Amino acid sequence: MGNGTSIGRVRGLGSSHSGSHHWLIQRFTAIGNLLLVLWFIASVMLLPNMHYLTVREWLARPVPATAMALLIVTTFWHARLGMQVMFEDYVYDSGSKFAVFALLNLVTFGGAAFGLFCIIRLALGAPA
Amino acid sequence: MAEAKNRPLSPHLQIWRWGPAMFTSILHRVTGNGLAVAGLAVLLWWLGALAGGEASYATFTKHASAWYGMVVLIGISWAFFNHMASGLRHFVLDVGAGFELGSNALWSVLTPIAGILLTAAFWAYLLLR
Repeated sequence: MGNGTSIGRVRGLGSSHSGSHHWLIQRFTAIGNLLLVLWFIASVMLLPNMHYLTVREWLARPVPATAMALLIVTTFWHARLGMQVMFEDYVYDSGSKFAVFALLNLVTFGGAAFGLFCIIRLALGAPA
Repeated sequence: MAEAKNRPLSPHLQIWRWGPAMFTSILHRVTGNGLAVAGLAVLLWWLGALAGGEASYATFTKHASAWYGMVVLIGISWAFFNHMASGLRHFVLDVGAGFELGSNALWSVLTPIAGILLTAAFWAYLLLR
């Protein structure tokens, strides 16, 4: 980036042209969260109890297992984008920012993978 | 990035006179990041305990039904309902509506109240059924 002219400095501080994509995906995943978490809350309210066999039998069924897998994807995606915005506001140093984003990717992708694995294991009836 | 350190800073929290929109906006960020950390962690623990079998699910239930577990679960549910209410407000603001001073302040006050009422209704249903 330029140091000599004011327009050069401005270019170095301006939009990187991917902000609107981030903003839109934040909204799309918010709609997914709204539908899926409300489904989850309604399901918890409609289950007769939260005992092991009751919950396991319910979550192993095709539609609840699919909805829970989608819930994992949209909530972790939305959280990944939202926490990025928080870190962009409060972490100033570009090296620290890179490290924080690398850690954020590891934690959110790892967490989502673990959640999906648990659902698949329950749904496909692996002995527990 | 030497020049990046000399960027002008916008006035921060201590400069502004508090108003309902500011309060609701901060609450939206706090509840969102709280859900991202605590909400998703508890969700994964619950799924992992369920996949792990009856013994691990019993361990989860023991902690979740203790007083501190109930505090965390009620906190997470409040964070969700509050974030949902202020998130729906954001959808309205996104289409360019609700920026008039009166209606903006009104909905900024109503969304946290809606979050508390939905949380109370949810737990009243679960505990009193």
